[in-house]
Amino acid sequence: MPGRLKAKIVAGRHLPVMDRASDLTDAFVEVKFGNTTFKTDVYPKSLNPQWNSEWFKFEVDDEDLQDEPLQITVLDHDTYSANDAIGKVYIDIDPLLCSEAATVISGWLPIYDTIHGIRGEINVLVKVDLFNDLNRFRQSSCGVKFFCTTSIPRCYRAIMVHGFVEELVVNEDPEYQWIDRIRTPRASNEARQRLIFLMSGELQRKIGLKVLEMGGNAVVGYLQCFDLEGESGLVVRAIGTACTLEKMSTFPATATHPNNSSPSKDMKEPGFGEEAPGVPLSSGPPTPLRAQTFSSFSPSKSYSRQSSSSDTELSLTPKTGMGSGGSAGKEAGPLKALLKQQTQSALEQREYPFFTLTIFPPGFLLHVGGVVSARSVKLLDRIHNPALGNTRSYKLLDWNSFTADEPETRDAWWEEIRQEIKSHAKALGCHAVVGYSESTSICEEVCILSASGTAAILSSRFMQDGPLDTEHRFEEVVSPGCGFCHIPYDELNIPFPAQLTYCYCCRRYKVPDVLFTTIDLPTEANVTGKGCLIQARLCRTKKKAQGEGNAMAISNLLPFLEYELHTQLMNKLKLRGMNALFGLRIQISVGETMLLGLASATGVYLTALPSPGGIQIAGKTPSDITYEQHISNMQKKINDTITKNKEQYEINPPEVVEEIIGSPIPEPRQRSRLFRSHSESSDEVSEIDLSHGKKDAFVLEIDDTDAVEDIHALLTDSPTPAGFYSCNTEIMPGIQNWTSAIQMFTSVRVFRLNANLTNQGLNKIFSDLCENLLKSLYFKLRSMVPCCLCHLNFTVAIPEDELIQVAVTAVAMSFDKEQTLENGKRSGEKTLIKAITENDEQLQFNLELNAETSSPNPLGSPKGLSEVGSHPSARAPSVDYSSFADRCSSWIEQLKLKAHTIRRGSVKTTSSMEKASPLPEGRSRSLRSNRSYSGSSVAVVKMTPLSFIPGAKIIKYLGIINMFFIRETSSLREEGGVSGFLHTFIAEVFAMVRAHVAALGGNAVVSYSMKECVFMENPNKNQAQCLINVSGDAVIFVRESELELTSVQPQSATTQTSNGGEGT
Amino acid sequence: MRLHGTHIKLTERSLYSVDVKMSVELDVFVGNTTIMDKEVYQLWLNGYTVNDAVKVRIEGGVMEECEASAEVLLSDTMDQYRTFQMCERLLHHPAKLANQLLFQIPPDRQAMLIERYYAFDDSFVREVLGKKLSKGTKKDLDDVSIKTGITLKSCRRQFDNFKRVFKVVEELKGPLVENIRQHFLLPDQLARDYAAIVFFANHRFETGKKKLQYLTFQDFAFCAGQLINNWTVGAVDNMMEDMDVDLDKEFLQDLKDLKILITDKDLLDQHKNLVCTALRGKTNVFNEMEANFKNLSRGLVNIAAKLINAKDVRDFFIDLVEKFIEPCRSDKLTSIDVNLYLTHYTNSAHILDTFKHHAVWTRYMGVIKSCILRMYHD
Repeated sequence: MPGRLKAKIVAGRHLPVMDRASDLTDAFVEVKFGNTTFKTDVYPKSLNPQWNSEWFKFEVDDEDLQDEPLQITVLDHDTYSANDAIGKVYIDIDPLLCSEAATVISGWLPIYDTIHGIRGEINVLVKVDLFNDLNRFRQSSCGVKFFCTTSIPRCYRAIMVHGFVEELVVNEDPEYQWIDRIRTPRASNEARQRLIFLMSGELQRKIGLKVLEMGGNAVVGYLQCFDLEGESGLVVRAIGTACTLEKMSTFPATATHPNNSSPSKDMKEPGFGEEAPGVPLSSGPPTPLRAQTFSSFSPSKSYSRQSSSSDTELSLTPKTGMGSGGSAGKEAGPLKALLKQQTQSALEQREYPFFTLTIFPPGFLLHVGGVVSARSVKLLDRIHNPALGNTRSYKLLDWNSFTADEPETRDAWWEEIRQEIKSHAKALGCHAVVGYSESTSICEEVCILSASGTAAILSSRFMQDGPLDTEHRFEEVVSPGCGFCHIPYDELNIPFPAQLTYCYCCRRYKVPDVLFTTIDLPTEANVTGKGCLIQARLCRTKKKAQGEGNAMAISNLLPFLEYELHTQLMNKLKLRGMNALFGLRIQISVGETMLLGLASATGVYLTALPSPGGIQIAGKTPSDITYEQHISNMQKKINDTITKNKEQYEINPPEVVEEIIGSPIPEPRQRSRLFRSHSESSDEVSEIDLSHGKKDAFVLEIDDTDAVEDIHALLTDSPTPAGFYSCNTEIMPGIQNWTSAIQMFTSVRVFRLNANLTNQGLNKIFSDLCENLLKSLYFKLRSMVPCCLCHLNFTVAIPEDELIQVAVTAVAMSFDKEQTLENGKRSGEKTLIKAITENDEQLQFNLELNAETSSPNPLGSPKGLSEVGSHPSARAPSVDYSSFADRCSSWIEQLKLKAHTIRRGSVKTTSSMEKASPLPEGRSRSLRSNRSYSGSSVAVVKMTPLSFIPGAKIIKYLGIINMFFIRETSSLREEGGVSGFLHTFIAEVFAMVRAHVAALGGNAVVSYSMKECVFMENPNKNQAQCLINVSGDAVIFVRESELELTSVQPQSATTQTSNGGEGT
Repeated sequence: MRLHGTHIKLTERSLYSVDVKMSVELDVFVGNTTIMDKEVYQLWLNGYTVNDAVKVRIEGGVMEECEASAEVLLSDTMDQYRTFQMCERLLHHPAKLANQLLFQIPPDRQAMLIERYYAFDDSFVREVLGKKLSKGTKKDLDDVSIKTGITLKSCRRQFDNFKRVFKVVEELKGPLVENIRQHFLLPDQLARDYAAIVFFANHRFETGKKKLQYLTFQDFAFCAGQLINNWTVGAVDNMMEDMDVDLDKEFLQDLKDLKILITDKDLLDQHKNLVCTALRGKTNVFNEMEANFKNLSRGLVNIAAKLINAKDVRDFFIDLVEKFIEPCRSDKLTSIDVNLYLTHYTNSAHILDTFKHHAVWTRYMGVIKSCILRMYHD
C-alpha cells in the first residue's frame, strides 16, 4: 500500500439550476478513484453548496496513482428518480507524486459536462502521502519528472542527457464500440475522456520506468499524441528525452522549497539503491557505471516492444549485475577498464540517438547537418474478432487482453521510420538527431506516419561516454557563434550537391550555403538582422480511392508534394535574402480527395553562411518580345522585393570576398528539377539540404505553368504590417527587450471549397487562407505593437471532403521599441552574452568528468563518419512502392496469427472497497459555515507556448498538464452555430487549464500546446462534436523586478523590463 | 451554456464568402486574455448589426491604420460580437464577472465592460422614466426606438437593465444608491442615475406630459436625488430597516397639517405680508409676486397635502410645473427671482405665530425649492 490519496470537497458555486420548480439544486458529490467511491451529503436547495466534507482516503498502489485520475462527479439529488449528473472534474494527481513538484491541489475547478460545458465550480483539496517503496519489482515510476518544454527547464541543470524514450498504448475507441449505439452521447464521451486519461497515465508511467532504467530522473520534451484511428482503435503514443536533472539551488527567499524530508523523496531514486541521480557529481563515478548499465542492454531490443512483464525482467537483470560491479567501480582503475571496453560511443549503441530537445545547454550542440525526415503510408487494419465481439467494451480497462498485438504493429511501423531517420542522419555524417518529432495524419483507413528531426553532432559532455572527436570540441570552444554551422560531413563525399565556403565568421571551417533545421536558433548563434516566418503551402488533388489503391496513390503523391514544398521554402527564403531555416515543421494532411502540405519555419540570416544569391527568372521562348518584357518585369519585381525585405529585416551583412570551394556545381537543370526515386517512406535527406545551385544564379525557369504559379505565390505573400514580426521558434533573433505583456491565443478556421478546383486553384486558395489568417491575427493584436508573434504553430486538417481546417496557436509578445532603435544591436548583443555567461555558470557540468572521459578514446566516430559520408542518400534503406501491397497483406496475416495471443495478462483488481461514504443526513450541517466565496477574485494564470516568460524567472515546475476534453452538442444553432460552439469550447479549455494550474499553486503554463483539435459537425442534425487535447508545464514564476527586491543574488540581463502594461 | 443573445445570427451555413470558390464556415479567435475592442463593444451595445458595424469601422479608418482588409474587419467584428454575447449573461450579474473562470479579463477591462453595458441614452430613459417596467412597456419599445432613433436592440438592453436593477434593489434594505453600486459594481454617478430610475419607476411619476417635455433626465435625476435624500424613511432613519425606495408615510401624513397655511385666512395674509415685506425693493417683479402670492402658496401647500395619495404622487412634477413654474414664468420671473421668493416664502412661515409644523415645513420646502430651481429653465 504505497500511497494514500486524500480528497476533501469544500464547496461549490455557480451551480446550474437543476430543479425547475424551486430554481435551485440539491447537490452532492461522488469522489472516485479506481474502484472506490465516496459520497458527500446532499446540500439541499442551494446553487452555492458548502459541503465541507471529511477527508476521503484512498489507499492505493503508486502504479494506480500514476495511471488513474481522481474523478469527482457533482450530482443533483432526486428523491423519486435517478440522480442527475451536473458534471465532472478529472484531477491528474501525477504532479503530487513528485517531491519537487506540487504538494497539494487546492482551488476552484470548473465542473465540466461534455454536453453542457462548464457548469459551475467546485472547491477541492487533494493530497497524497507516499510511503517508502522497498519493492524493486515495482511497476510505477513515481517521482520521474515530466516536462513538455523542449529545453532543459529553467531552474534545473542537466547532469546527463540519456536519450530517446518512447512508448505507445492502444485500446479500442469507446465511440466505436457496439454499446455506443445504445448509450447516451454523454456516457460515450465520458468513457472516452476517462479512457484517454487512463491511457495517458499508463503511458507516462511506462515511459517513467524506462527513464529509471536508463538512470535518469526526468523526461524533457515530452510529446504525447493521440491517433484516433476510428474502428481500428485509439493509439496514445509519446516520445521524449530522458535526462538526469538537478535542481539549481539559487533560489530567492520567496521560493517555496519542496519538502525534502517527506518519504516521497525516496521515490525519485532509481530502483537500485545507489546514489540518487540528483546528487552532485562529486559523489563519485556513478555516471560511467550507469553507462555500463546502459550498454549491457541489447541495443537491438526496442523498449517499446517489451511487454510490461518483460520490462521488469529486462530492467532488473542488468541492475542486479550492476550491484557487484558497482561496488568495485568506485575506484578509478576499474573505471578506465570500463571505458576501454566501450569501443563505441554510447550514441552508436543507442537504438535511436534521438533527442526531442530543440534548445540545448551551451556547448552541447556541435554541428548541424540538416533536416532528416521520413514518411510512410499505412493502412489501418480492423481487427475483427467475432468471438470476442460481444465481450468487449463492458469494461474499459481490459484493453490489455484484447488488443495486445496492436501496439506491436504500431511499434513496428514507428521503428521502421525511426530506423530510416537514423540512417539518413548517418548519411549526413551525423550520429544524432535533434529536434525530433513524430506525427500522423489519418483519413479513413489510411494513415501517414511522419518523423522529422535535424541530423547533428553532439558533444559528449552530457553523455556518459567518451567524446566523439576532440577536434570538434576544440573548435566549438573557438567559435560558439558559428560552430554549429560547420559541416559535419566529409566535404569530399558530400551526400548531396552543396555549395561549400569557408565560414564567414571564423574562416576556418566549411559551411553550406543554406541550412535547414527543426531546432530553435541556438542562443549563441551569430545572426544578421531579424528573422521571419516562412511558409510553404501546397494543395494537391487526389482521386477518391479505397484501401491499398488509395494508399498507393498517396504514396505516389508524397514525393512531389515534399519536393514542391521544399522548392517553395527555398524560393521564399531567398526572396527574403536569408540563408537558414529554423524550427522547420512540415505537415502533410490527407483527405479523401486532396493532400495538404504546410511547411513552416523561421528564416534567418546566419552570419556564418554566405549571402544568398538572388532569384533569376529564365524564359524559355526568348523570341517573343512581350514575353521577354513580362519576364523582365517579374525579375524586377522579385529584385525589388528582395531589396525591400532586406531592409525590413535589417539584413546588411558585411561585404566579404567569397571563395567557392567544394563540390562541383551540378547542371542548372538538375539543380532546380532534381528528382529522386521516392520510396514508400519518402526520404528527405538529400532533398532538404540540396543546394539550389550557385550563388547569384538561382534560376527559376518559366517553362510551364507551375513555375509561373510559383513566382506568383512568391510575390503574393504579403509583408507583415509595420510593428509586427513573426516566427515559429521560441524567440526572434534581434529582439531582446521584451516587455511583460504577452497574449497567448488560439484561432481556428474551417473553410469550405465550393467548386471543383484545379491544383493551381487549390494552391492559391490554401495560400490565401493562410495569409488571411495571419492578417487577421495582426489586426487583432494591433494594440500590442511593437510585438512579435512567437511560436506560431499552424496545424492543418481535412475534417471532411471539401473542408480545410487551420488551427493556430501562438503567443504575441510586446517589446520595447525605443531601445531597439537607440542602442539596438549592441545592447542586444550584450544581454545575449550576459545571458550566455550566466547560463554557463548555471549549467556548470562536471568538467572534471569530461576531461577524464574524453582523453582515452578519440577513435570511433571519425572513422564512422567517413564511412557514413560515402553513403549517398539514395542508398538509404527503403522499399519500392511495388512491394507495398505485399507488405500490407503480410501485416494482416501477422495480425491474424497473433490475434489470439494474449500477452498482457495483467488483470486489474476489481474488488472494490466498501463504499464508505453515506453519512447520516445532516450530520455535517453544523459544519456549514457561512463562508462566502463570492468576494474572491480569480488569480491570473499566464499561458504561453514558449518555455519562458519574458521579464520573469520560473522558480518552480509543478508538473505536467495534459488534458483531454470532448464537447458535444445537439443544439448547435442555439449555441451560436459552429463558431459559437467552438469559441465557447476553446474558452472553456483555457479556463480549465488555468484553474488546474492555479489549484497546483502555479501562475503560468509554459510550453503550452494544443495538440489536437478535432472538430466534426452535422448542421442538418443540428449537432457538432469537438475533441481537444492540450498540454504544458505548470510553473510558478516571479517577476524579475520582484526578485531583485527579495533576493540578494544579482540579476542579469532584462532588468529594465517594465512591469506595467501587463497583457495576460 | 445557452447564449441568449439576439444581436447577431451566426447560424448561417457559412459565415462569409471570401470568393465564389471558398467560404469560411467557422472562424474563432480565443485569447488567454480576452481581447475586447472598446469601439466594437460600443457598436454592439448600440445594437448595430455585424455588417453595419463593419461599415462604421471602415468609415472610421481603422483599415488604413492597420493595413487590414474588409474581410479581416468582418472576421474580427463577428468574433468580438460573439465574445460579447458570451459575456452578456455575466454582465447581467456583474459580481459574477469578477469570479468567473471562463474569460480572463483584467479588472480595469471588467469595469469598462460593466459601466458601458449599464450606460443608457438620456433620450431613451426620458421615454420610459416613471413608466412601469412591465412587459407592456417593453412591447412599446419599438415606438420608442422609432422616436429616439436608438436601435430596438439597444432599447431593449437599456430597458432590461432598468428592470434588472429594479428587481434586485426592490428586495434589498438599506440605502438605494449604495445597494445599486454594490450589486452592479457601477461608478457612483451611474449608480445615482439608476437610483433615480428605480425611484421613478417605483412611484410611477408622470414625466411624459407635454408640459414636462422640456425637462431633461438629469433634471429628474436631480429631483429624485432630493426626494430620496429627504423624503424617504432612510433619509431620517439610518437603521436601514426600510428601503429608500418608498417615501416616508409618516411624513406624508404630516404634510396634511400644512394645509393650515392656506385654509386659515389670517395665517395666509400674515404669511403674505411677511414675504412681501422681505421682498419689497429687492426685485423688479415684486408686484407680480405680490399679486400671485396666494395662488402660488395654495398651489404648493395643496401639492403637499395631496402627497399622501399615491395617485397624486405621480402628478408631483406636473403639479409643480402647472401650479408654480408656469405662473412664475408667465410673470417673467427669473430663476433668481424664484430663488428669492422661495427663500423668503419658506423662512417667513417660521415666524408665523400659530404655525407649529416647522420641521415638516423645512423638510418639505427644502426639496420643493431645490426641485423648482432645477426645473426652472426653458
